[in-house]
Amino acid sequence: MAGTKGGMSRLSAFHGGIHLENHKEVSSSGGLRICPIPPRLLFPLLQRYGRNARPLVSVGERVLKGQPIAGGDPAALPPSHASTSGFITAIEDRLLPHPSGLYGPCIVLDADGEDEAVEFAAISDYRALPREELRRRVHAAGIVGMGGAGFPTALKVNPGARAADTLILNCAECEPYITCDDRLMRHASAEVLEGARILMHILQVESCLVGIENDMPEAIEAVESELARGGHRGIEIVPVPAIYPTGSEKLLIRVLTGREVPASGIPANAGVVCQNVATAAAVYRAVLHGEPLLSRIVTVTGGGVPWPGNWLTRIGTPIADLVQRCGGYTQSADRLILGGPMMGFALSSDEAPITKTTNCILVLTAREMAARQPPMPCIRCGACAEACPVELLPQQLYWYSRSDNPERLADHHLADCIECGCCDFVCPSHIPLAQYFRASKSKLAAQRRERDQADQARGRFEARQARKQRELREKAEADKRKKELLRRATSTDKDAGADTGEIGGLAAPPEGPGPSRSARPAQHDETRES
Amino acid sequence: MLAALLLGGVFALLGLLLGWSSIRFKVAGDPLADEIDALLPQTQCAQCGFPGCRPYAEAIARGDAEINLCPPGGEAGVRALAELLGVEPQPLASPPAVRRLAVIDEARCIGCTLCLQACPVDAIVGAARLMHTVIAAECTGCELCLSPCPVDCIRMEPIPQTIADWRWPAPKAA
Repeated sequence: MAGTKGGMSRLSAFHGGIHLENHKEVSSSGGLRICPIPPRLLFPLLQRYGRNARPLVSVGERVLKGQPIAGGDPAALPPSHASTSGFITAIEDRLLPHPSGLYGPCIVLDADGEDEAVEFAAISDYRALPREELRRRVHAAGIVGMGGAGFPTALKVNPGARAADTLILNCAECEPYITCDDRLMRHASAEVLEGARILMHILQVESCLVGIENDMPEAIEAVESELARGGHRGIEIVPVPAIYPTGSEKLLIRVLTGREVPASGIPANAGVVCQNVATAAAVYRAVLHGEPLLSRIVTVTGGGVPWPGNWLTRIGTPIADLVQRCGGYTQSADRLILGGPMMGFALSSDEAPITKTTNCILVLTAREMAARQPPMPCIRCGACAEACPVELLPQQLYWYSRSDNPERLADHHLADCIECGCCDFVCPSHIPLAQYFRASKSKLAAQRRERDQADQARGRFEARQARKQRELREKAEADKRKKELLRRATSTDKDAGADTGEIGGLAAPPEGPGPSRSARPAQHDETRES
Repeated sequence: MLAALLLGGVFALLGLLLGWSSIRFKVAGDPLADEIDALLPQTQCAQCGFPGCRPYAEAIARGDAEINLCPPGGEAGVRALAELLGVEPQPLASPPAVRRLAVIDEARCIGCTLCLQACPVDAIVGAARLMHTVIAAECTGCELCLSPCPVDCIRMEPIPQTIADWRWPAPKAA
């Protein structure tokens, strides 16, 4: 295809990156299977930034599929929906799909098997609606970035003053083992491209680049044949080299457009909006069919499950139920990982549910994990700096992380680290560098939070001191006024008795400085003059 | 003679300039106390012997107080102060304090308002003969509300770990 070749020729490269054994074949065959509705579903209230959404339902209530059950609080956070009909049996603390292994509030929904849905408000022509209304539909459908970051999509397609000129669809599924986006493209490329057109309309951009890794030939073919059917003006498919971590947003933008997103900036600063392909498909269903985000494709893979594959799974399905569909755990299963082998995290239990951002459940055997060797001292070889895709100096960062030096860490741009783990992977001394950087990042964030808390406490302390002083002053003034009035009252009594000037009595009392001095009646001075 | 007069004149002029600029460019407040105050944890617990963090900061700035009197600030706080003031860090005078949260047993509270008056950051709400409660987000854990309570219904509890303040653990040292 001419478009494809044109795309190849203008590809930019990024620094470093690594070639990984992709293990995609473990889960890529076998089509898309549909995971049945589990008896019990869990919906964590946890949203981005550690904030909790507000439950919109109460225990005992029956809910329908597609009914909002937890709302954004603040309103920028999109709602969560019941992914099947049933009864709310509890709102209680459950294990969260989070690296901390902490428990947090979840809505527990027991399915009633009816799968009765609310009526979805479908529309036929999205172009007839104002763009603001389309964004509202995306928000109401609870759509967030499904690639993993979970950023609210309605906010992302509202770049405000920073007008974008290009939409990028991210299908560079660069982590080993994960094949859910590949499966989506093979299965529903029409929905994805339709979603892309809606997003292009909302953003008012003319061009859309679909970045797909060149080791996904079936997906590329599916998109190409869909493009060949016509009606997708401005959309272009661009195979990108399969180098980890091409799928990282800023790197993919660089590869596809040659533009650099500023260090602490967002893609809109480079005139680009980047969306995962699954998000685009969800936008299509939300805008045209009025259907909220209720399910997603999840890859279950690794040597620890007998029948790995891709499953269309209801949001809220416990991981245990999904693994059961794949035949449970094998004898050699050793570790349960949420996400890919590079950036995912280990879970202590499979009770936690699938969320909107869960792309992969990885069950590894001890052999696959290639037992992590004990770290050795850094030999300053510089291999990490060679591999770092964002051109940092991991070796320097490592020293400053160990010596806990926030200024030097900031000087070496710790905040720009994407935690991809390339440095770990190439380190001949097996130093867990990314783990050091993650720990340092969250430590710095914690220090910032403490500083903010201290500032708030200082403000309240000072406000209280000021208030107490004001109260003292006011009390003193009130006392003084009272005395003055009393004295005046007694002196007028005397005046009435004898008309001889009682001037001394009025003028004599010593007065401290204060507003009451000016408040004294003008008549006072006149009396003195007379 | 002329030289002496000339020199005297120049010195007088410079003196006037200095005097003028000290008035013209006077810095409001005490910048050193501000910097010290910025490093203190703002618990306002008065464990240092001063009625709050700001008074302690001013005392350090005047040279009237040691830098190791702040238990909530911990060793890290002493180190930061030592670095700012260019002195040797000293061990803490009393063991470091872990921040905890004051919780009022609302069933036992008699509504005396004594704790309201004791709280240095106005983190307790309530009214006379009505139940009081602690605004958890504002409580600095200073424990100043404990002793005034006539029915001992206030206790200190550890701050629960939440996702928002969870930290990635550092790898075990290589």
